[in-house]
Amino acid sequence: MTTLSLEAPLREASAHSQMEIVYAPPAALADVPMHYCPGCSHGAIHRMIAEVVDELAIRECTLCVAPVGCAVFAYKYFNFDSCEAAHGRAPAMATGLKRILPDRVIFTYQGDGDLASIGANEILHAALRGEPISVIFVNNAVYGMTGGQMAPTTLVGMKTTSSPLGRDPLTQGHPIHITEMLATIPGVAYAVRRSMHSVAEMRKTKKAIRLAFQAQLQGLGLSIVEILATCPTNWRLTPIEALDFIRDRMAPEYPVGDFKVDERLREKG
Amino acid sequence: MARALWKGNEALAEAAIRAGVDAFFGYPITPQTELLEYMARRMPELGRVFLQAESEIAAINMVYGAACAGARAMTSSSSPGISLMQEGLSYIAGSEVPCVVVDIMRGGPGLGNIQPSQADYFQLTRSAGHGDFHPLVLAPATLQEAVDLMYASFDLAFKYRTIVIIAGDGALGQMMEPVEMPPMRPPPPDRPDWAVFGAKGRPPRAITSLYLDAEELEQVNQRLQAKLKVIAANEQRWECYLTEDAEYLVVAFGTVARIAKSAVRAARAAGVRAGLFRPISLWPYPAEALSRLIGQMRGVLVVEMNAGQMLEDVRMAVCGRTPLRFLGRMGGVIPMPDEIAAEIVYMARTRQHGNRHGAQRLLQFKE
Amino acid sequence: METSIIISGFGGQGALFAGQVLAHAAMESGKEVTWIPSYGPEMRGGTAHCTVVIGDEPIGSPLVRNPHCVIAMNLPSVDKYEPLVAVGGRLLYDSTLVKRPLRRTDILGVAIPAHDIALRCGSQQLVNIAMLGALLALCPLVELAAVEQALRAHLPERHAELLRPNILALHAGAAYIREQRIAVS
Repeated sequence: MTTLSLEAPLREASAHSQMEIVYAPPAALADVPMHYCPGCSHGAIHRMIAEVVDELAIRECTLCVAPVGCAVFAYKYFNFDSCEAAHGRAPAMATGLKRILPDRVIFTYQGDGDLASIGANEILHAALRGEPISVIFVNNAVYGMTGGQMAPTTLVGMKTTSSPLGRDPLTQGHPIHITEMLATIPGVAYAVRRSMHSVAEMRKTKKAIRLAFQAQLQGLGLSIVEILATCPTNWRLTPIEALDFIRDRMAPEYPVGDFKVDERLREKG
Repeated sequence: MARALWKGNEALAEAAIRAGVDAFFGYPITPQTELLEYMARRMPELGRVFLQAESEIAAINMVYGAACAGARAMTSSSSPGISLMQEGLSYIAGSEVPCVVVDIMRGGPGLGNIQPSQADYFQLTRSAGHGDFHPLVLAPATLQEAVDLMYASFDLAFKYRTIVIIAGDGALGQMMEPVEMPPMRPPPPDRPDWAVFGAKGRPPRAITSLYLDAEELEQVNQRLQAKLKVIAANEQRWECYLTEDAEYLVVAFGTVARIAKSAVRAARAAGVRAGLFRPISLWPYPAEALSRLIGQMRGVLVVEMNAGQMLEDVRMAVCGRTPLRFLGRMGGVIPMPDEIAAEIVYMARTRQHGNRHGAQRLLQFKE
Repeated sequence: METSIIISGFGGQGALFAGQVLAHAAMESGKEVTWIPSYGPEMRGGTAHCTVVIGDEPIGSPLVRNPHCVIAMNLPSVDKYEPLVAVGGRLLYDSTLVKRPLRRTDILGVAIPAHDIALRCGSQQLVNIAMLGALLALCPLVELAAVEQALRAHLPERHAELLRPNILALHAGAAYIREQRIAVS
């Protein structure tokens, strides 16, 4: 993989034809096809991260800890160093990396099964320690890679392959609000929820990712951006319907908003 | 340097520090906790990383992260904690990053107790996690040896990009003995060329154990197996004690082996030509060295603080060439020198009288 | 030749510390030595004991079934170890706490009024070192000077005011044996 494989030919082409480049893939994004389903939010979220990394000029000092889940190959899509964690353990692995590499930017990229279920303890204690890492938490309310089973974030009444009658809170528990929980912890500098259901919301999502990385650069503590994301395949919806599902079904349970923003970040941001 | 009296757990910690450990991640569990406590005091003094994790699962994954960054990372635990670490150990093996783990074994299964045991033998040598791999497992019998092996462990781990496990037990961790500490070596300043620390001026690297393509994963496994073969050829360690003229051989490792030394002396005093074979590396097992001794033996006694785990390795090396007896204590009970000596003498007496009773009682436990 | 010593008493009586002091003194005297404690829940309120093995060659087993010498600082320790002391071995016990006579006749049992000796030296916390002094008068494994040195080096700082009383107790324990004219071996 080379850093600028796609960008360089584009530049050449523009010089040749006297055209201005108005759109190019970020240097921090690898020039490889992604495996995600049509209408899935992961690709767009990867791109936003890559753009933020480029804008902050931190590509050479950024490391990604990839999860287990649909984004398991995240390390193939970024043009910076990365490693692959066991299911749910990304915050522990990121802790090990950050303690050895305190001047690097370390982020985990985790889904809701990974972070909120099997890895709930790891994210909780990384937050309690105020580990200066950034967490990109993609919440699509199902286990995607294994084929749409119930996640801790699955909505009440929502049908999945492991809750075929709809999630019943009496026997299957209630949806978990991780970001609100983490916002109560002193070690957390930035805890917000954003959504991918419209262009306007996506813009806000990218801004939040940028602030999360800035919180880390300023050494303020753990930063987490929870992103309400689509899973058209496992929701059995079209991509367009999936966007509406976020707006109409997920957002009422998981309200978009800022739950904690460190004052020092506000001043800068 | 002069000798000083050290407690086992603390001696291991100091030896790791002198070997240049960059980072320690751990979780309290008896009987290894003094190792963690020592690290908690010393590592910050030296500007190195100490972190008490929220669980053994988190601790080994922190080790995994630090190891990916090229650091000399370690953890220590005791049997139930090692069970929890198996997930991380498998990922570390699959990713081929080096690390060092200390297991101060205690009685099991389950919560068991906190007394010394060797019942993690299978877990450490055969099944340290899912998939095909073996850590390099080193079992010291004295505190000086524990310190020397600990001191060498990071070099071995980095040489082969493998997991090195120091296998001790509660007795080794808790006892005191004179030790001569090796000199302090600072952590190496350069990061290895496989590590991830930011893709500055080079293509990005990814450390992973994921290979969805079956042929590709098979190739990875073939490479791992080839590496294990090299380790198996290079890293067998053992000690022979009074074996030159021995007719009866005791095979034991770790704490039991040093107890067996006293038993061998006692058996010799009782007129039995006894010797001791002590594997120091449990994986790779020094099978050939043991096999070479078997021809001269009229009987072999395996003694372990478990139900007969190393016994399987010994059985393969002996291959039916001489009668084999087993003495196992479990649950944290330590075999005493006199009971081992009695077994040696019994073996010799029944053998001399042509009694096959000994061979029939292959598996026997003390009640 | 290895000599094994078990020191046993209630948790808090300093059985483990007395063993460590002996081990340090042995090492500084050029001997091989191991010290191994009982550890775990029994330390909290129950009895605690340690085994010290001293020899000229590297020590094999740090544990023994039949110790050469036992220092028993309470009745449960006498009950436990009286049957185990090696034939011809020594059992020293604190006669302030242990009122029953010993049953065995094939060992040398020595009653030490260790509690009284300790109080005379300034504190009942000194029973362990008074007993150690008595043991070393009976079995000269190491010089008392080496034990003094070990006390100086290893008595925790928070007990610094007890250093002189400890040294007094060590010598008082040894003096008691000499006054009783018990045969030294």
